[in-house]
Formats: sequence, C-alpha cells, structure tokens
Amino acid sequence: MTGEYRLAEGGRINRDRPVRFRFDGHDYEGFDGDTLASALLSNGVHQVGTSIRYGRPRGIASAGPEEPNALVQIEEPFPEPMLTATTVELRDGLVASSLPGQGRLATEPDPARYDAINAHCDVLIVGAGPTGLAAALSAARSGARVIIADADTEFGGSLLGSGEALDHAPAGRWIDRVTAELRDTPDVTVLPHTTVFGRYDDNYLVAVEHRGEDAFTRQRTWHIRAREVVLATGSHERPLVFPGNDRPGTMLATSARTYVHRYGVLPGRRAVVFTTNDSAYAAAIDLHDAGVEIAAVVDVRPVATTLWTARCVERGIQILTSCAVTGTSGTDRVSGAQISPVPSADSAPTVPSELDCDLLLVSGGWNPAVHLHSQARGTVRYSEEIGALVPDSTPRGVRSVGAAAGSFTTGECLRTGSEAGRDAAREAGFGADTAEVPGAPSGPVTPPQPTWLLPGVPAESGDEQFVDLARDATVADVRKAVGAGMSSVEHIKRFTTIGTAHDQGKTSGLLSSGVIAELLGVEVAQVGATTFRPPYAPVAFAALAGRDRGDLYDPVRVTAMHDWHLTQDCPFENVGQWKRPWYYPQPGEDMDSAVLRECHAVRTGVGMQDVSTLGKIDVQGPDAAEFLDLVYTNKMSTLKVGRIRYGLMCHADGMVFDDGTVMRTGEHRYLISTTSGGAAGVLEWLEDWLQTEWPHLQVHLTSVTEHWATIALAGPRSREVLARVTSDIDLDNDAFPFMSWTDGTVAGKAARVCRISFSGELAFEINVPWWHGREVWEALYQAGSDQDITPYGTETMHVLRAEKGFPIVGQDTDGTVTPHDLGMSWAVSKKKDDFLGMRSFSRADTVRSDRKHLVGLLPPADSAVVPEGTQLVELAELPEPPVPMLGHITSSYRSAALDRPFALALVKSGRDRIGQTIYGHVGDRLVPVEITEPVFYDKEGNRRDG
Amino acid sequence: MAELHGESPLAARTETLADSSVPGALQLSEVAFTAQVALRVDPKSPAAERIGTAVGTMLPNQPGQVARTEQLQILWMGPDEWLLVGPEGSAERIQATLTEALGEEHGSVVDVSGNRTIVEVTGPKSRELLAKGCALDLHRRSFASDQCAQTLLARAGVVLLCRDTERPSFWIFVRASFARYLADWLADAAAEYRV
Repeated sequence: MTGEYRLAEGGRINRDRPVRFRFDGHDYEGFDGDTLASALLSNGVHQVGTSIRYGRPRGIASAGPEEPNALVQIEEPFPEPMLTATTVELRDGLVASSLPGQGRLATEPDPARYDAINAHCDVLIVGAGPTGLAAALSAARSGARVIIADADTEFGGSLLGSGEALDHAPAGRWIDRVTAELRDTPDVTVLPHTTVFGRYDDNYLVAVEHRGEDAFTRQRTWHIRAREVVLATGSHERPLVFPGNDRPGTMLATSARTYVHRYGVLPGRRAVVFTTNDSAYAAAIDLHDAGVEIAAVVDVRPVATTLWTARCVERGIQILTSCAVTGTSGTDRVSGAQISPVPSADSAPTVPSELDCDLLLVSGGWNPAVHLHSQARGTVRYSEEIGALVPDSTPRGVRSVGAAAGSFTTGECLRTGSEAGRDAAREAGFGADTAEVPGAPSGPVTPPQPTWLLPGVPAESGDEQFVDLARDATVADVRKAVGAGMSSVEHIKRFTTIGTAHDQGKTSGLLSSGVIAELLGVEVAQVGATTFRPPYAPVAFAALAGRDRGDLYDPVRVTAMHDWHLTQDCPFENVGQWKRPWYYPQPGEDMDSAVLRECHAVRTGVGMQDVSTLGKIDVQGPDAAEFLDLVYTNKMSTLKVGRIRYGLMCHADGMVFDDGTVMRTGEHRYLISTTSGGAAGVLEWLEDWLQTEWPHLQVHLTSVTEHWATIALAGPRSREVLARVTSDIDLDNDAFPFMSWTDGTVAGKAARVCRISFSGELAFEINVPWWHGREVWEALYQAGSDQDITPYGTETMHVLRAEKGFPIVGQDTDGTVTPHDLGMSWAVSKKKDDFLGMRSFSRADTVRSDRKHLVGLLPPADSAVVPEGTQLVELAELPEPPVPMLGHITSSYRSAALDRPFALALVKSGRDRIGQTIYGHVGDRLVPVEITEPVFYDKEGNRRDG
Repeated sequence: MAELHGESPLAARTETLADSSVPGALQLSEVAFTAQVALRVDPKSPAAERIGTAVGTMLPNQPGQVARTEQLQILWMGPDEWLLVGPEGSAERIQATLTEALGEEHGSVVDVSGNRTIVEVTGPKSRELLAKGCALDLHRRSFASDQCAQTLLARAGVVLLCRDTERPSFWIFVRASFARYLADWLADAAAEYRV
C-alpha cells in the first residue's frame, strides 16, 4: 500500500522496498529512498507542526536543508531533536513527531559510534551537482588528490529533482558514469551524504559524513586540509513575502518539482504558482505533466518569457502577468489564493480574485549558497541582475562556481565547473585540462524581478507576512525595528531574531535585507546581509566529540608498576593524567584506617611507594650550573658531584611554581626532578628561557621522565631491606649520606639510588630503567616481607610530608605564594646576582608583613579533621558581614604519629601569631585552631639517617 | 644479553594489538626494548662531523629526515637534536661512540631507551588508521619512507616514522606511560576493519 499522492512510476525511490513509519501517532508507509518529508507528502500530509510563537499550522516548505518549518523530533530508533523532515532518511521503524520549538535530548547514552578522520587533498570540491561533478572530473583526471563531498544522499544536486536531459539522455546516466569514474580514480575520495559545514584558516574545512544508521560508524567528522577549494554549493530558492504566506501547502516551486521527479510524489492536486522569475515555469510544466492542475501562473513581471508562455499555452495553463498573490485562505491547509494586479501609478485599486488550490508554489528568485565563501573571508555583493548576493572578491585557494556564483543554467554550470576543476588542479601544481561536459538544453531567459514587499498590500497585514518562518518573524517585526531607529541588518537580526534559527536564515536572510531596504527606502546593496558563520547546517555534538569519550576521553598515564597496584585493589588518585595509587586498603579497612596504618608503618618500620610519576629532566652543558642558578631560587652551582639539593622555582612574579630535587651527576651535568603534574610545564618553561632569553648559554635539556621507574623506600628499616637486595652499594650513613646518590645494583639490575626523604624518615629512592620497574618493586616487596614492608599511596605520602611541614606545590600554594610566605627563605639565595623571581622579592607587595604565611594548625586533639579549604576567622563568634578572612586551610589530616588531627594553612601574618587561637568556619560551627610552627614531627631532623 | 629486560610497556597489551590486527589489512605489534639515545649537538660543529664518521652516516639535516646504517636509524628531531635507534642492548655502545666523538665539545648524549616504546603499524589500512588521530598528511608523496615527525596521535605525543610507503609500515614512538592509552586508542580505531 502506498500513499494516494504517489505517482504510479518514476522517482529515484526503490518501490520494491516499502518502509513503515509513524508520525505524530499515525502509521504510514513510504519507500526506501524517501525522506520523511516526501513520504509524508505521498500520504497527503502537509502540516507537520505549529509555529513557535503564534502556534499557526505549518507545512513542508522545501525539499532540502533550507527547510524552515518541518522540524521534527525523532523518537525511534534513538531520540534526536530538531531534524528537518526534508533531510531525514526514511527507514523502517522510524518514529517521529512534529516539533514546535525545542526538542528533547535522549536520556540514555547514544549507542551509535561517532568518529573522526583527517584528510588532505589538492582539490576539495564542495557540492556534487552538475558544477561539482564537472569540476571533480577535470581535477581527478589530472592526478591531483581530490575529495568531493555533497550533503545529499546521492550525487547529482539539482539534476536529481529537475528531470533534465543531458546529451538527450536522462541526467542520471551522466551522474552515474561520472560518479563511477571518480570512485575508480586513485586518490579521489567520494563522500556522499557529507555536509561541509565550516571553512577555517588555511583551507581547513570540517565536514560531517552520515554513513548510515546501520554502519559501524554512524557519523564521521572529516577534518580536511585542502590546497584548493572549489565551492559548487549551488543555490537556495527564496520564498516570497505576502499575507498568509505561511499556510501549509505553500512550497518553494522547485522543491515541488523535486518531489515529482525524485520521489514520484505529487505535493497537491491543484496549484497556483507565484513567481518573480523563470524557474517556477519549469515547475508548473512538470507538475502539470505529472497530473497536477495548474490554476494559474502568477508572475509579477509584466511580460513572461516567450518559450515558457508557449509551453503553458500548449497545456492550457493561464499566465497572469503583472499580478501577485496577496492573500491565502484555508485553515490547516491552503484552499485558495487571492490574486491582485500589481498596482501601477495610474491604475485604480482592484478587488482581488480568488483561485481555489491546495498547493501554492512560490519562487522569489535564487540565493547562491555563499556561506563557505563568506566564511573564507570572501566578500559578497548584491547583484541587481539576479537579485541576490554573489561572491565578489575571491579568497586565496577558494573559488565559487556554478549556481553558487550566480550561474543558473545547467549548461553554464557544467562548463564553468569543468573549468574551475581544471584551474584548481593547475593551481595545485597539476597539468589539468577541462573534462568534456554533456550538452544541456537552454533557452532565452527573462531577467527576474526581485520582489520584497508587494506594492499595494496594506501595512496592517504585516503581522501575517512572514519573513522568517522558523522564528515566526514578520514584516511587522521588521517595521517595529526600523521604527525604533535601527538601520543595521545586524541590529535588526538580533532584535527580530530573523536568521537565527536552525536554518540560519537560508530562506529568510536576504529576504529580510530586502524588506529592510524597502522600509528604509534604500538599495538592498546598502543594507547588505548578516555574517555567515559555521556551521552551515546543524551538527550533532556526538559527532564533534567523536571517540574522545569514556576511557579515551583523556589519556590515562600509568607507571611500570601499575599492574602490581591493580592486584592490590587500590583506589587511584588522578594526578594530572597519571593514575597514582591513593592508598592500599586491607580487607575491612576504610581510607582513614588504611592511611593510619601506612603512616605508622613508615614511621616505625618500612614502607614503599611508586614515585615514578615525578618529572625528570637531564640538564647538560658547560653552562648548566649557571643556568640552574638562574632558574632555581637557591644556588645549584655549589652542589658537588654526587650530591643532591632541594630546589624551588619561581615565575618572574616571585611566586612558587614548582619544586623538586637537583642531582649533580657530572661536572657539566645534572638530573632535576619536578612535580608529577608539572613536568611538561617545567620543561617548556626552561626551554623558553634557554631559547629566547639566554641563547648564549650552552645547555641541553632532555626529558627522561619515563626512562626511569622510581621507588621510594622509607622508614627506619629501609636500609635493612635495601641491603638485602644490593651488594655493591655501601649503605652506611657516612659512605652514603643524606642528599647524595650513587650508582649500583639493586635486585640484580643497574640502578641509581638516592638518599632523599619526603617523610623525614630514613629513605632511599631507587631508579631503574622503566622495564625493570615491576621486577625491582616486587624484589623489594619480597625482601621486606618479614619486616611487614607496607606499600603506601599518595595520601600517606601527603600526611607524612605535612607532619614535616613540607609544602605541596599546587596544594599549599596557588600561584600567589612566595618562598618567604612558605617560610622557606633558606631556599632563596642572597648571594646570587640574579634568578627568576628575584626582583619581585623587593616589590612592596611581596615584603608586606601581613602576607599570608604557611603555618601549622592544631584543632582540639579529640576533634575531627577540619576540611581542607576551610576559611579562617578571628573570633569565636561571627560578626556582621562582611567577615574579614584570615586565610584558609590548605592541607588537613589525622596524624598517626601525633594521634590527633592537624593542618597546614595560609594565614595572614601567620608566623607572627604562633600560639594564638583562631577559628575555622565548618558548616555552621566555628572550630578553634591553634597556630603553630608548620613542622609537627621530629623538628630536629634526627630520623632521616635512621 | 639474556634477561636484560623485564617487562615492556605494552606487554599487557600484546593481545589487544594482536586481536586488532586484520590479515591483509592491518598488523599491530610492539617493538620493545630498542636502544634509544638522544643526541644534541651543533650540526655545524666538528663534533657533528666526527659523530657522522663514527656512526657511519652524516647526521640528517633536513626536518623529519631519517638516516640509516646497518645498525642504526637516526631520526632528525630538531635543528640540533637527533634520536638514535639501535637494536636491543646497544644503548651503552651507542652512547660510548657518541660521547667519544663528541669529545670536549658541547653536546649531550642521554640514554632514553626506557622513555618510549614503539608500536609498529603495517598494512594497507595503516594510513587510514593513523589519519583517524593524526593531522599530518601521511600520503606517500608527503610522508615518504625514512621520514619522521613529532606529532600528536589522538591525544598522545608521538614520533611517527615511515618505514615503507609501498607496503605501508610505520613505527610510532610513544612515551611509556602513554603506551597503553595509545594501544587502546589504536584498537578502538581499528575495530571497524574487523567487522
């Protein structure tokens, strides 16, 4: 069973494959090859919704992506809002509904796959109508790399809907032959159903390919870098403004022709055709021949073209010249059109006559699709001749051709297309010729008569004369804007919202310029048009996201020991892109108890931590010492080979931005470490200074972060454990003192061992090449098993260092903290002539006595941990706001060693207030906290040597 | 050199890569444990010339150029920067050769063998697979055999080396910590070829 408006034969649909679908609760049938719109029309359904502001019935107005009315919500197979029925491919089981205004997003994740690909070509051709296909043929035959993309499901463009003959044969044959040749040519990429939606600098264009509902990838985003671009984007037919021009059954004339030829669908039984140009005559003839009664062709021009007049006379179609449609009747569908003569200076007002019809075809002329041209910074000019904007200046590497450049005959499109393809390929360095093109019928054309406001139509009907159907914006709205003093099309666009809907004004943009021009009494060229911005057509966010979602959203960086951590079921902390073990819970343990146990183990026995994530940079060259003196606040040139020093780096503003250790590995060689998250930033920072400010310094930097796997072994028993797996390193404190390093063998592997401690305990840091990391880790774990060696995570590390008052850059600092604020003046050299940040330390603001200092805080011993971020205030009771803030808590934990909660905080003049009690604002309570020195544990540093 | 190395960064993804391979279309595997040495030296210095003599080929001086000897591939990484890639276990020897040739002149020689591992991608679908995550033009006319580039593949920084254009084959040098992410991304991007 097929719709009653379906022709018995014809169209590019597959009549062997009926397709069942549901729209607004009714079941219908169409064919494979239909769009939702053509299938609805074949069932006599014109109205597809109501308008957004006035709730007026609206129907299918076009056959393509310029559709302003027929917005639908897809319900099944998967919810998708705001698609145009004219571009939705019909498929079995499709469920859709009409959509006044906003759509509905799916609540469940989209199961379809979306991805992306990069492509490069010599010539990109946008549009595969007669122009684009001819261009592609010329370019492809030159050996150039060609990409040709078209938004439609199949190539052919205007030829698909016109029933035209080329070389006296159906155009389809030529389309098929050219498409086949392109597909068979190496280095030619053929992309049907692909919308090129944006053109960016350097001929970078982005397109979205609809690969099909059943394809592995539903949509693919193409990132195309083209040397030359041929814009064969065609043109859009423009509607006309008259009272009641929004009634369902009102349709662009050439779209109706497309429904007949491409889909074998009659959009009505009796039509009035209202036009300002020749193109609608072809529609009238074709519809008549397909069985539609043409009540009249109403032409605003005083004289119709002879050829078309003859054809109409042959068929008994009446032509009313110098006439216009000045009103419509009907409720949910047009039932009649009022026709009036176009008034002239000497004519008397006349009463309009009414013609019955169920279809009103309109053609107000053609707008070249200059969107991408305009995005490429090409200017446009208003052509009086065709009454539309045409490309003016030609941006480099971009050429518009065919209808997109204002050529509206097929013959001219084929010829200029073929030449454009040749020229583009030549520009890209290929010896190209024009491909031969088939002959297309042509005849004399009468110039169109651009028409904006119909003369003689009363102004009070302005609220029924729609300029932008999608936004429900009328002539009355434009009149209001102009009356309010606006004259810029950009202002009026924003005031009326014309051109801002899903269709971005494809049918309404220039129309509004014309109306504005008439109301202001100026030329359309003076008014101009609003800016064309990407995307040319709506793009799904899912297509833009592609595969950058879920696990692939951002790289997860792991260490060599990661799989061992996984066997312990430890939760991970995200540090930059790294996954670091957070803590290692034993059965039944929560985070607090696990961390207390881990802390206790390091303070009393031995623990081990994976610290491979710390950044490592090899610094070499005769000026390495001088360079490091410049980038660290403290002096590194005095460091002896074999020794290690802690260092702070500041930006030029004197604020701490990274810290780490500096090992001197040779006379002219150092190995520096950075924070885990800061590694890339530090390397960039150092290279920046080396390359731009100090190019005279002979220094080379090499990132070696992942060359090494690094294990921290910490606790009073760490020496004992390490001794079991090394025989060639003298671990004695005198031979291997604190802050020194040595090369040797650990667990049979070459290793670099350092005496560095971030916990205050005796500790070693063992570096081995990445691929030995897990083996050495397990060997150490094994070696310490009888000592209950305890793997610990970042949380325990944080607690242990906080007990020692060691700040974490990025946690206890926030880019506004100087080394002095941290109480680390000892790490700022007073003997150096210069270093980054030095000058800022003498700024008035950095020497203020009331800067925030890093201090310790002790809440009552039996209280809970005070949350990090807690604001600190002076008094036990809050005064009237605004309440002066003294600072905030930066780190806060429970200490196993102290058996109480403690915290670090940045507090105004904190060091001068040690011993005082201030208050932390927690929820609706104020918790007293005592300000202390930031070092809570082993103030004398007795434990670091074991 | 038995048991020189423990576990390569992609040991845990061996199967993932093998499963993503499609006979006749795509072959993915890790090339592990290669010796990699980073070299920095002024290309116009006598030291650069001595190094060329010592390794048996002049250091390549064109962006992205790769020089080969029987044992070594020398990748141009920057105007004064190269990556020397040799067979497993040869890092010490390469370093000794370079350091000796460098003499007292300014330059740097750093063992970075553990820093990156290599994923080999071979087969007719190689270019398309890489194009899904790499913005560079990988066409045989633009990215020929023995050319390399530092670029992004998906969201990981990589060094891409074209080994062969006729039977398309690439080496992707990737930081050890990013290797699993990259293997997972490659497997995902290759999934459509198995259908």
